[in-house]
Amino acid sequence: MITAGIDIGSITAKAALIEDNRLLGTRLQFTGYNAQKAGKSVLEELIAQSGVQREQIALVVSTGYGRNSVDFADKAITEITCHGAGAHFIDPETRFVIDVGGQDSKVIKIDAAGKVLDFAMNDKCAAGTGRFLEVMARAMEADLDDFGEISARADNPASISSICTVFAESEVISLISKGETRENMIAGIHESVASRISAMARRVGVTDPVMMTGGVARNPGVVRALEKKLGVEIRVSAHAQLNGAIGAALLAARMQQAV
Amino acid sequence: MAENEKKHDPEKEKRKIQAVSRMKEIMTDYYIEAKGAREKGRKVAWITSGGPVEPLIAMDVIPVYPENHGAMIGASKMGAQLCEQAEEMGYSRDLCSYARADIGDAVAKTGPIGGLPEPDMLVCCNNICGTVLKWYETAARFFNVPLFILDTPFIHREFTDSARKYVLAQIYEYISFLETHCGRKMDYERMEEVGRLSVEATQLWQSVLDTCAHKPAPMTAFDAFFHLALIVTLRGTQVTVDYYRQLLDELNDRIDRGIAMVPNEKYRLLWDNLPVWYRTRWLSDKFAGHDAALVADTYTSAWSGMLPEMNGQSFLEAMSETYTKVYINISIDRMFDIVAGMIQKYDVDGMVMHSNRSCKPYSLGQYDLRQMIMDRLGVPTLIIEADMVDERNFSESQIDTRIDAFMETLKS
Ligand code: SF4
Repeated sequence: MITAGIDIGSITAKAALIEDNRLLGTRLQFTGYNAQKAGKSVLEELIAQSGVQREQIALVVSTGYGRNSVDFADKAITEITCHGAGAHFIDPETRFVIDVGGQDSKVIKIDAAGKVLDFAMNDKCAAGTGRFLEVMARAMEADLDDFGEISARADNPASISSICTVFAESEVISLISKGETRENMIAGIHESVASRISAMARRVGVTDPVMMTGGVARNPGVVRALEKKLGVEIRVSAHAQLNGAIGAALLAARMQQAV
Repeated sequence: MAENEKKHDPEKEKRKIQAVSRMKEIMTDYYIEAKGAREKGRKVAWITSGGPVEPLIAMDVIPVYPENHGAMIGASKMGAQLCEQAEEMGYSRDLCSYARADIGDAVAKTGPIGGLPEPDMLVCCNNICGTVLKWYETAARFFNVPLFILDTPFIHREFTDSARKYVLAQIYEYISFLETHCGRKMDYERMEEVGRLSVEATQLWQSVLDTCAHKPAPMTAFDAFFHLALIVTLRGTQVTVDYYRQLLDELNDRIDRGIAMVPNEKYRLLWDNLPVWYRTRWLSDKFAGHDAALVADTYTSAWSGMLPEMNGQSFLEAMSETYTKVYINISIDRMFDIVAGMIQKYDVDGMVMHSNRSCKPYSLGQYDLRQMIMDRLGVPTLIIEADMVDERNFSESQIDTRIDAFMETLKS
């Protein structure tokens, strides 16, 4: 049996196919302004690339902020539940998920079966999200993809005290004019993101082992800063951005089996 | 498709509470009377929601509640606009939105009833918060009227004897304040009669809320938010007693006939903090879509929690304790005891806390309280962030996701 999961995030749309508890294929593309269209096309492309037929897909579950706009999905499930299931599938030892995406971040505590025990979300504010990093990269005229590597060379991370993205940006600009090194500034930015996320994680209570997912998990600078703040080792998911879609496809399979 | 889609519900009409129309009548009459008070030579006092209203009724002064008015502004979705008015005057956006909306409306008079009737005097009790002190001081300057402040000490552990004496002394000062500004002596017999009616109404209100212990619940907290208005504004009057008796009869009848407010009630939730006045319908549909009923809340029960322990005291004496012990004037440990009691009484599956940007005394400590509830009672608890009146602090898609995710964990 094949099932599909579609995760419509604010920046990227993801899809995953699962066959008999095995990952068949995944796809990621930009969401654009039309979430409904993005959901349709990401699945179509994935179908084409995996060589399966649409009719073979028994059930589709949508998730992410655009989950309710995927009108052909059989069910919409929140990203919280899907991330729990996805992380459990990728690494069954996982008991805590930190997901940092473009516009939001969330922490999820799960049990040995991947079931959600508690969660917290930050989606009111850009601080502690990928968006914050993007704004800072622009202020520094740097490429976000290099952030992790550059920050590894910092000797004394700058302190960015503002939580607010707008204020932090002007803080960075004044650090630039003071001649602070890029390495230290970027490391400081990572620490700022990490402290925001670790505060949220502590509210729920971190349980080892911790898995990190979402686009920001690809930035080793943030991962290192978070490990330091939380005092735990963080396992970065091999499918960082696809975790929600994979979880959705798994939950679809479970639903199908239940019928 | 999405499970939280609104279900088409032709049965909805049948489930409406009939007493609602009577309630609207009473509130309309009340506001008409208050607005016409000047011409009839009657005095109007503005009073805080947790303030002792009974002496006003006994002195034939019409009590007016800016907070109730604030709720009305919120429910009419005029909150943001009037808050902005106050912000233009220089008030901070961090100030409670009841205060901002009322201050805005006192000047602009563009709210749902075109401005509250102007006060002849102000009565402020700080058992609910410190905001009201400054708010009422501003109002006293703006309207140039006398202000009485009743200071109720915060209860960390016990209500001490010195606290009792301290508050009681002020209650007598309060009476002389009223006597001075009404130009007439207090009739203590009438005072006790008003007290008796107040106690009776409070007991009835508790019974009304208690009907939700029944499964399925004949009403939800969203109904309680509406029916609350009388126990806040007019406790101590016969009309309130009569109304709650009528409502109680209707709810008992619903229980007998098996009428539930949420048709397929499966999950029973407890709500904490003030309502989100401009989104009660949306939230109510949202939870009902998950077969969840908010069967109780800490907010509307705060007024039944004001039931005095008479122990042979006069009503005035009992008032000292009653008004000091209100829900948000007590420590988190005492709050926990109350919440734990409610969880048991109403057999609750989960708790939803509204972290209210406006009401700091109510929202401060919610994260600790949540932890205590989850650790000691194992009851899943969700926090949603919003504001009771200022809709600029409400994000639908965020709250939607939180509620869906919470309900998914409850169901799994
Ligand atoms: S701060 Fe809270 S208690 Fe005080 S007036 Fe505002 S809503 Fe009421």
